[in-house]
Amino acid sequence: MKLIVAIVRPEKLSDVLEALFHADVRGLTISRVQGHGGEIEHVENYRGTSVKMALAEKVRIEIGVSNHFVQPTIDIILSAARTGEVGDGKIMVLPIEKIYRIRTGESDQDAVTPVVAET
Amino acid sequence: MNNADIAWMLVSTALVLLMTPALAFFYGGLVRSKNALNTMMMSFVALGPVAVVWALLGYSLAFAPGNPVIGSLAFAGLRGVGLEARGAIPHLLFTCFQGTFAIITPALISGAVVERMRFNTYLVFIALWVLVVYAPVAHWVWGGGFLASMGALDFAGGAVVHVNAASAALVAALVVGPRKDYGRHAILPHNVPFVMLGAGLLWFGWFGFNAGSALSAGTTASLAFANTLLAPAATLTTWTLIDLLRGGRVTAVGAATAIVVGLVVVTPAAGYISPASALAMGAIGAFPSYFALIYRAKTKLDDSLDVVAAHGLGGATGAILTGVFAEAAWSGGANGLIGGNPGQVLTQIASVMIVLAYSGGMTFALLKVLAIVMPLRLGDRHEGLGLDVTDHGEEAYTHGDGAILVKPKESSMALSAVDAVAVHGGGRL
Repeated sequence: MKLIVAIVRPEKLSDVLEALFHADVRGLTISRVQGHGGEIEHVENYRGTSVKMALAEKVRIEIGVSNHFVQPTIDIILSAARTGEVGDGKIMVLPIEKIYRIRTGESDQDAVTPVVAET
Repeated sequence: MNNADIAWMLVSTALVLLMTPALAFFYGGLVRSKNALNTMMMSFVALGPVAVVWALLGYSLAFAPGNPVIGSLAFAGLRGVGLEARGAIPHLLFTCFQGTFAIITPALISGAVVERMRFNTYLVFIALWVLVVYAPVAHWVWGGGFLASMGALDFAGGAVVHVNAASAALVAALVVGPRKDYGRHAILPHNVPFVMLGAGLLWFGWFGFNAGSALSAGTTASLAFANTLLAPAATLTTWTLIDLLRGGRVTAVGAATAIVVGLVVVTPAAGYISPASALAMGAIGAFPSYFALIYRAKTKLDDSLDVVAAHGLGGATGAILTGVFAEAAWSGGANGLIGGNPGQVLTQIASVMIVLAYSGGMTFALLKVLAIVMPLRLGDRHEGLGLDVTDHGEEAYTHGDGAILVKPKESSMALSAVDAVAVHGGGRL
């Protein structure tokens, strides 16, 4: 099991989610973050004040995945989030000690197996 | 001239002027947050260059005595426009009142090209459009041109403003092309309360637009005022009922749209029809626009904010129904189908088609010529980032986190330990 943390461009988020869902990667969390990744800072002007915006809007995606999902998930994000310009983001893969599914108390492999809610 | 007429027209002019910022809110709420300022500026900026161009040349082309197709240069630069009477009010006030119409019409077009058209090109486009398209069309209907001689009825600008803008919008959407995300990703309104605020202020301003088009403070203004209240109310009611009957929920964006559609529908008819007819027109007018909105979203036409469905179909429906519902008993002269003059319907259809064709053709030519000298849009990368940042160097909802103050002398903008940089931690700029 791994925790995949990806930082991507906000405008690429829909592409990434679409590709992930298509590959049955369905459990994930996103948060809106700001960061600096070497991209050119754009300058903004408000009346007499000029500022260089050092932080760019990004989206952080966190996905707990079972082992055989790790590489496919990484490949999907690499291709879906790429524009080729500086500022496309990062993918980090972290080890996980334990995962629990709160609803059932299942742990580890069982806890990251995709389920579909019955309506 | 009496002061009652002048007072009402002063107020009306201010009311119509308010509609352009109102439109900025209506449109601004409908786009994504990264394009909020750009979209609002596309309406707002018309208050500057379009008004100046109107004063220098547009007014004269539209309203100076000329031939049936175009005015003349007699009033260029407002020469000869003074405080003498033009109708019931001072000539200068008439110029200003008409100017507010000239301002909002090109702003309406922006709804079809938001989120991708380059702002500088748009600026040049609207300044020229008001001269080559709006001024002649206004002349045809209100300046003693051939549509007026034909007997076409357009009380406050169903054809001149709405069909005209929508035809240009359709062409502009096609020439500029769809947004890169259109049809691929969901593009949602970022601030629905803005949309409702805009719709509310548009209705308020529209009392000046329609009742002011009586050009005096009298019974005709009162009739137009009442119809401007009743028709959108009927449209909103009908829209709500269609929503419910189709098994859906009543939406806020839908309600705001319905109000605008109702206002557009009654615009050409406001001073010609009975209040009962206004209710009927408002109700009928809901249908074409309602279903066009649903249909348009399934097509490849990225008329982003549905200028064609709301203003084009609403304007055309209104113009044609004016030929049905006009009654001499209320209008003091003009009769439509129910007044025993069925030919009026054909006249109305002809006037819509003429405006549609001229505006569409000239807008196409204008954009194609402009595209030779300046790009109509920037690349996908800019569009991804949002036009607020790329075209204006501002953001609508910045928190100032990580904003580094650029000191006046630091032209190189090099960052080092000794650079006096102030990081505004969370403070709004």
